[in-house]
Amino acid sequence: MPSPLLARSALALALFMAVDVHAATDADLAEIRDQIRQLKQSYEARIEALEQRLKTAEAKAAAAPTAAVPVTAPPVAAAPAPEPVVAASAPAAPTGGISAFNPAISAVLQGAYTNLSKDPTKYALAGFAPSGDIVPAPRSFSIAESELALSASVDDKFYGNLIFSLTPENTVSVEEAYGVYTAAPYGIAPKFGRFLSSIGYLNDQHQHAWDFYDAPLVYQAFLGGQYQNNGLQVKWVAPTDLFVELGAEIGSGESYPGNSRNKNGTGNGNAYVHVGGDVDASNSWRAGLSYLQTAAKDREYSQLDNTGNDAQLDFTGKSKVAIADFVWKWSPNGNAQERNFKLQGEYFWRRENGDLTYDADGALGLTQTGGYRSDQSGFYVQGVWQFMPTWRVGMRYDWLNPGSVDYGTNGAYLGSTSFNPQRTAVMLDWTPSEFSRFRVQFQQAKLRPDFTDNEIFVQYILTLGAHGAHNF
Amino acid sequence: MKAILQGCLATALLALAAPALAALNVFATVPEWGALVEELGGDKVKVYVATNALQDPHHIEAKPSLIAGARNADLVVATGAELEIGWLPLVTQRAGNPKIQPGKPGYFEAAGFVTMLEKPSRLDRADGDVHPGGNPHIQTDPRNVLRVAAPLTARLVELDPANAAYYQQRGKSFGERFGIAIGNWEKLAAPLKGVPIVVQHKAFTYLIVWLGMNEVAALEPKPGVEPTTAWLSEVLALLERQPAKMVIRGAYQSDRASQWIAERARINAVALPFTVGGTPEARDLYGLYDDTIARLLKGAK
Repeated sequence: MPSPLLARSALALALFMAVDVHAATDADLAEIRDQIRQLKQSYEARIEALEQRLKTAEAKAAAAPTAAVPVTAPPVAAAPAPEPVVAASAPAAPTGGISAFNPAISAVLQGAYTNLSKDPTKYALAGFAPSGDIVPAPRSFSIAESELALSASVDDKFYGNLIFSLTPENTVSVEEAYGVYTAAPYGIAPKFGRFLSSIGYLNDQHQHAWDFYDAPLVYQAFLGGQYQNNGLQVKWVAPTDLFVELGAEIGSGESYPGNSRNKNGTGNGNAYVHVGGDVDASNSWRAGLSYLQTAAKDREYSQLDNTGNDAQLDFTGKSKVAIADFVWKWSPNGNAQERNFKLQGEYFWRRENGDLTYDADGALGLTQTGGYRSDQSGFYVQGVWQFMPTWRVGMRYDWLNPGSVDYGTNGAYLGSTSFNPQRTAVMLDWTPSEFSRFRVQFQQAKLRPDFTDNEIFVQYILTLGAHGAHNF
Repeated sequence: MKAILQGCLATALLALAAPALAALNVFATVPEWGALVEELGGDKVKVYVATNALQDPHHIEAKPSLIAGARNADLVVATGAELEIGWLPLVTQRAGNPKIQPGKPGYFEAAGFVTMLEKPSRLDRADGDVHPGGNPHIQTDPRNVLRVAAPLTARLVELDPANAAYYQQRGKSFGERFGIAIGNWEKLAAPLKGVPIVVQHKAFTYLIVWLGMNEVAALEPKPGVEPTTAWLSEVLALLERQPAKMVIRGAYQSDRASQWIAERARINAVALPFTVGGTPEARDLYGLYDDTIARLLKGAK
């Protein structure tokens, strides 16, 4: 098919060149000849490529399933214009072979250089029970978790996703492993397995998508980083112009502030509502309220008692967390490419009540169980400004309120504090493409009256493989 | 906060109660397909256009409003060829609307009905933002819009058989009118044949092929990669050997690189509507190409 067209175009090209030649000087002539030679060369290469493409296209067309063609007869008149001459191919037919059904794969590589003025092994939040891994990073060079993700449709009813992380300590952990029932009616998409809970705003975003190197203090203090749900999730989007999403989750309750309690039934229940929309083409927002209820049995942590001894404490009781979150984004006419601004904040509140055992391991010889009740809260607010393509600056402020802690009869050994841990961070990042980001972050963390840490992070995030999603 | 929430819920319930007037709710990812669905569906469709002409179609976020827009849709009309890869899968998934999932009749990709150009012979992100399916900016050639119109009409008929005759009649009428318009545009654009131009992003390949223009260079060193001064200098040097008439860009793109090159190479910088709504004149599909050609002719002078 392309050969007569090609011939015609080649003729037209030659004529076009000929017209130019008439009005040209000798020097021009040489240049034009040179250009023609170049054109010829590129043209020959093109024809070759075209012929190759034609062959493959013919082969594909012969094998293409007829289902791709619409059944109803097209009522529209045929296009009057001729087919383009440039490299063309038939509508894509998927290639076969043993790997044809491989899931989408992506990997995230991360690492940092860290400079901390205080010893990270002494990291602790005044007035808060340490909650797992809150240390920002080891000093000097380190890699952070490398993430590997696989996802694909399982069949006509299910979609599956597996994300595991390879830790710098050479262990593997499953971050998310869930299925989604995609054929459910009424806008419900039940999810089951292990997944990051959709409470709050930041909780279900992976660490590499955050705008700062580390999680806000409220996430560290109240959720031990991020809340992972092992169980079930149901979300429902209301059929309205305003975005209204209701969600509920149940699970084993083994994630902090709960723990594994060796019991049947459900260990935690979460519920949330997210509302959002556009103010105009330039401004969009989302706000949410979330509630998490879980329980802990003999949740261990150690704390300095009134006499300065490191006492082991065990908490058994209920833990309730409420979160209010909002995010607001601005970009001129919704085009975030040049400049954009993002403001987000979350407020956390947690109540724990139950029993606390002082000196649970008997190291001090004073083991005693008493009542316990705490009401604590905190917030963070952050703004990120992209001032030119690929460059952003950001600022974040964290604040925690140790609130009221009632140790009951253990009040003789344990005291509460009125110190507010707080942290201020500034960051600058460079995002040369959607798949790479480099960041430098400075922050001052006042975690205890006698512990002010000045921290510097230089971080990289590289993404390989399947295209990531642009989350709001 | 509680009051706001109650207000929101009340609004939600009210909206639930309101009956849908149009037969088909259509979610168009970009303005050109929104305009085409309106041409074909008339008052039997209600069109939600997810993006505007001033947004970069590659970089859209799955905002709450888009999820809400997809929630009630009977049909999603997308370009495909991975143009919307960053956000549409997330939107259709989060909207929890089984009708518009890929593979269902309620999911329509235009690129499947068009001859794709610039299919990369190798796939490597080192080559920039490459699309395995070929260059996705198919709407810059109106003949592609016409090619999509037929199967899209068929899809409307399939989803809403009660109005089959209506869609078919409108589809036929659109095909005739638009076919004539294409002939007129081609006559009008005859002087553009062979005109050498520079593009900012490789967004106009189909337009260039249609009108027989000659793309001398691109300001982006690789698709989707911001031009650097070093690269622009190279383009400038190339333009001294191979002069161009103008540098063109889409309405959604910054004019910085275009102006830089236009001043130094003493050529015209032309902003094209790129899609419906990109300029005040590009009010509909006809205005889009009227204005595109008018601006190109002016730039070629």
